Amino acid sequence: MGFEEISHTADWSVRVWAWDLPSLFAECARAMNALAGTVTGKGPRLKRTFETEAADAESLLVGFLSELVYYQEQENLAFDVFELEVKSAALTGAAVPKGQKLKVEMGGAQITSIDKAIKAVTYHNLKIEETSRGVEVVIVFDV
Amino acid sequence: MKIENLVQISETEWEIPMDTRPDMRVPVRLFATRELLEQVIDDKSLEQAVNATTLPGLVGHVIVMPDMHQGYGFPIGGVAATEYPHGVISPGAIGYDINCGVRLLATSLDFESARGEMGTLATLLNKYCPSGVGKAGIIKVDLKELDHILRDGSRWALKNGYASEADLARTEESGSVEGADPARVSERARTRGREQVGSLGAGNHFIEVDVVDQIFNEEAASTMGLYQGCLTVQIHCGSRGLGHQVCTDYVQQFQNAVRKYGIDLPDRELVCAPMDSPEGQAYLGAMRAAANFAFVNRQLLAHSARRAFEETFAPRTRNWHLHQVYDIAHNMGKIETHEIDGKQMKVCVHRKGATRAFGPGSPGLPPEYQKIGQPVIIPGSMGTASWVLVGTQESMTRSFGSSCHGAGRLMSRSKAKKEVRGDELRKELEKRGIEIRAGSMPGLAEEAPSAYKDVDMVVETVSKAGIAKKVARLRPVAVIKG
Repeated sequence: MGFEEISHTADWSVRVWAWDLPSLFAECARAMNALAGTVTGKGPRLKRTFETEAADAESLLVGFLSELVYYQEQENLAFDVFELEVKSAALTGAAVPKGQKLKVEMGGAQITSIDKAIKAVTYHNLKIEETSRGVEVVIVFDV
Repeated sequence: MKIENLVQISETEWEIPMDTRPDMRVPVRLFATRELLEQVIDDKSLEQAVNATTLPGLVGHVIVMPDMHQGYGFPIGGVAATEYPHGVISPGAIGYDINCGVRLLATSLDFESARGEMGTLATLLNKYCPSGVGKAGIIKVDLKELDHILRDGSRWALKNGYASEADLARTEESGSVEGADPARVSERARTRGREQVGSLGAGNHFIEVDVVDQIFNEEAASTMGLYQGCLTVQIHCGSRGLGHQVCTDYVQQFQNAVRKYGIDLPDRELVCAPMDSPEGQAYLGAMRAAANFAFVNRQLLAHSARRAFEETFAPRTRNWHLHQVYDIAHNMGKIETHEIDGKQMKVCVHRKGATRAFGPGSPGLPPEYQKIGQPVIIPGSMGTASWVLVGTQESMTRSFGSSCHGAGRLMSRSKAKKEVRGDELRKELEKRGIEIRAGSMPGLAEEAPSAYKDVDMVVETVSKAGIAKKVARLRPVAVIKG
């Protein structure tokens, strides 16, 4: 699992890889926190849940990360622990199933400092692909 | 793509022909010099421009301005017109920050007589104009009041004492886009917006105090109330979290719309729907509502800027008043009538990082600007010049009444932070007589002048191309950033 920033003229782009879809989603969230320079406090831990349905894994990912953008802006919350469940009536058997539901339980805390907020998660050339590292995606964030 | 693959039409105009890729519906027309093209040839600007030509219902060319750089989906500096009402509207071709734009205010106050007060002025502007990541706005409204803002735009500000009739007359669309439908704005977007009315935000948004440094067109400048040496204020921001959420919502929803309408696109960020479809109508209503929010946002910040000017200068002088020169959008989709292949046609002009630049006699301009054309405000990078231009008859026929919107980024934010230290940049700018109030030093470094193209070169290009004319050059003396 890991991520690396890719040069982008105006916004932020990051390549993220992991061994399966749930771990990829969690790693994308961690990459977002790292890019934004988010620091959380030592106060009480908070939990939130998020559920969504979409036609494909990429839409689930955008929906999930957009939810994190919303929590950051509205509730000043960042999350670092994720329990993800992907349900699908029609798994293709591949690491990237199609037509699925996502359920996430997230643990996090209040943000004490942030360098730069991510304003939106884009679909620009978004494609989750199977690679020798498991699954991989490049995401562009609007900042 | 290589420059050799482009067809050079003139020193400042190039074309990517239709046969470059089989899925292109129209050619691309680039306004740029060879030098400016060379600066972007290795990023994805041109590829994104070609991708934009695949949108159904396009007419004419996809136009790209000299401040172009890669964005996501659609290039920054891009203009695309689709036939109304059967052509498509694409949220990604307008951008997340719907109606991001610039307002220019001016005073007859001479900089030399105000020089000693610039520190106080910068501090008060910073105090009264909220800026920074997620910062709440000047006012917080309930959801019912927010709906009035979304529907009425600057008319709401006028009714509530934040604007004058003169402000509205000198705002694109009079600050109130018809057809705004608050019911098409999600609850989540409204929640994000209700606390941010009258806030600058972060990123490349700013308030800048400038001095009119040079005048190129006396008649147009005096019509706008711009005089050599006088102080001006630029306010650059948009629709904040509300606009971002509207775009996020509709880009997500349109993923299904493209399947429904059988639209095949090379990039999912370009998703679109026919304007006369239920999906297209819903987005148009929401996008216009977000645009109205942005007009009110800049109006409230202008109100606060006037308060800062009054507190700073009213005890010493009577001529501190800030009048509005103009307020323009550079991320917007507008239904306009243009001449295409010799015929008048109603189209939806998508401008993303491009400014409307209507020529003399165009409908919608206030009477005093009918003769000179619409003011076009081009903010430069921090610490460098900004420009006031006017639209031309040529912009109407060659670029759907559009021009550039700024200097255009050249360097990634992470590279800028590696090469420039925020605190050192601040010292350097202050040494040059520019007051800086910034919430974040890394944020300041990201916006370093070296991260941008030369704005003078960009302006020279649109001027030579004939799609805008120079009126005045502005020099910064105070910058307020989140």
